[in-house]
Amino acid sequence: MHIAEGFLPPAHAIGWTVAAAPFVVHGARAVVKEVRENPESTLLLGAAGAFTFVLSAIKLPSVTGSSSHPTGTGLGAVLFRPPVMALLGTIVLLFQALLLAHGGLTTLGANAFSMAVVGPWAGYAAYRLTRRLGGGLLGGVFAGMAVADLATYVTTALQLAWAHPDAESGFVGAAVKFLGVFAVTQVPLAIGEGLLGVLLFRVLTVNARPELERLGVLRPQPAPEPESAAVLREQPPAVVREQPRDGGAR
Amino acid sequence: MRRRHLVTALLVLAVVALFALPLLVGGDSEYAGTDSQATELIEESDPGYQPWFESVFSPGSSEVESGLFALQAALGGGVLGYVLGRLRGRRVAEEQAAPAPPPPS
Repeated sequence: MHIAEGFLPPAHAIGWTVAAAPFVVHGARAVVKEVRENPESTLLLGAAGAFTFVLSAIKLPSVTGSSSHPTGTGLGAVLFRPPVMALLGTIVLLFQALLLAHGGLTTLGANAFSMAVVGPWAGYAAYRLTRRLGGGLLGGVFAGMAVADLATYVTTALQLAWAHPDAESGFVGAAVKFLGVFAVTQVPLAIGEGLLGVLLFRVLTVNARPELERLGVLRPQPAPEPESAAVLREQPPAVVREQPRDGGAR
Repeated sequence: MRRRHLVTALLVLAVVALFALPLLVGGDSEYAGTDSQATELIEESDPGYQPWFESVFSPGSSEVESGLFALQAALGGGVLGYVLGRLRGRRVAEEQAAPAPPPPS
């Protein structure tokens, strides 16, 4: 979804950089605050950044015959709220601009605005709305991830249409053309990303329940604990496992 | 637990199918990235436009480029796998520690 280096006129490049900068600075402070106040969040923060890193490295084909990549920004937005992703997404974009010649330094502001600001906020809004309407956690995650992905590409298309309006049909004509390239291609990828998010959250709800409860993603569940503990007690005691380890050490 | 695994398998299948289908359907297409398609569109609707800045660094060949993409995916995948592995290990350790409460003597 990157706007290629040099393809935004200087005024637009500067404008988008000025627009994105406060979000990124705010995001950096949000990350520092989160790590300082809740050091145990570092693991999940790493996971959110890594998820965006992997997904934006994978160029996937789409039914329209071109390829693009998912963004993965919805995960961190759902877990840590959107500001955190403004920083993490921008880091990914910077990596790609410097090492891969995808996107660019002059277009970094515009790309950060679409992928690290609009995407996460739109995804977070979709997540909250779905949960309020009774969609449940996984429904919310699916909506959040898919919308974050799609919103990013729609924003890119509009940014390009604004910078390069069509000679005859102007902004609207150009927007239709760019949306045809970006948004239509992206629909199956957005659905795929939503499903990937659901998969990941199913793993997290089992293994990272304390973190999810503290982040407010899951409600604390004190009730079912005794029951599962009782079931566990029926199973062969852990002591049996200790013995061979002792024997092996000698 | 059984049903849980079934749902997981179905989800994985759905993701694979979503990404594999275009490969099977449009087998002959060139898969130009949307980025370059957009660049072509700009040249079409705004023919006078000249890019005014060059990338500071461009990978020398497509092999180097895909290698760097692979590096990016590996870094991300590695960190993600590490985190999930640690979280899972922690849960397993907690579950093994949990049956301890009944004092034997």
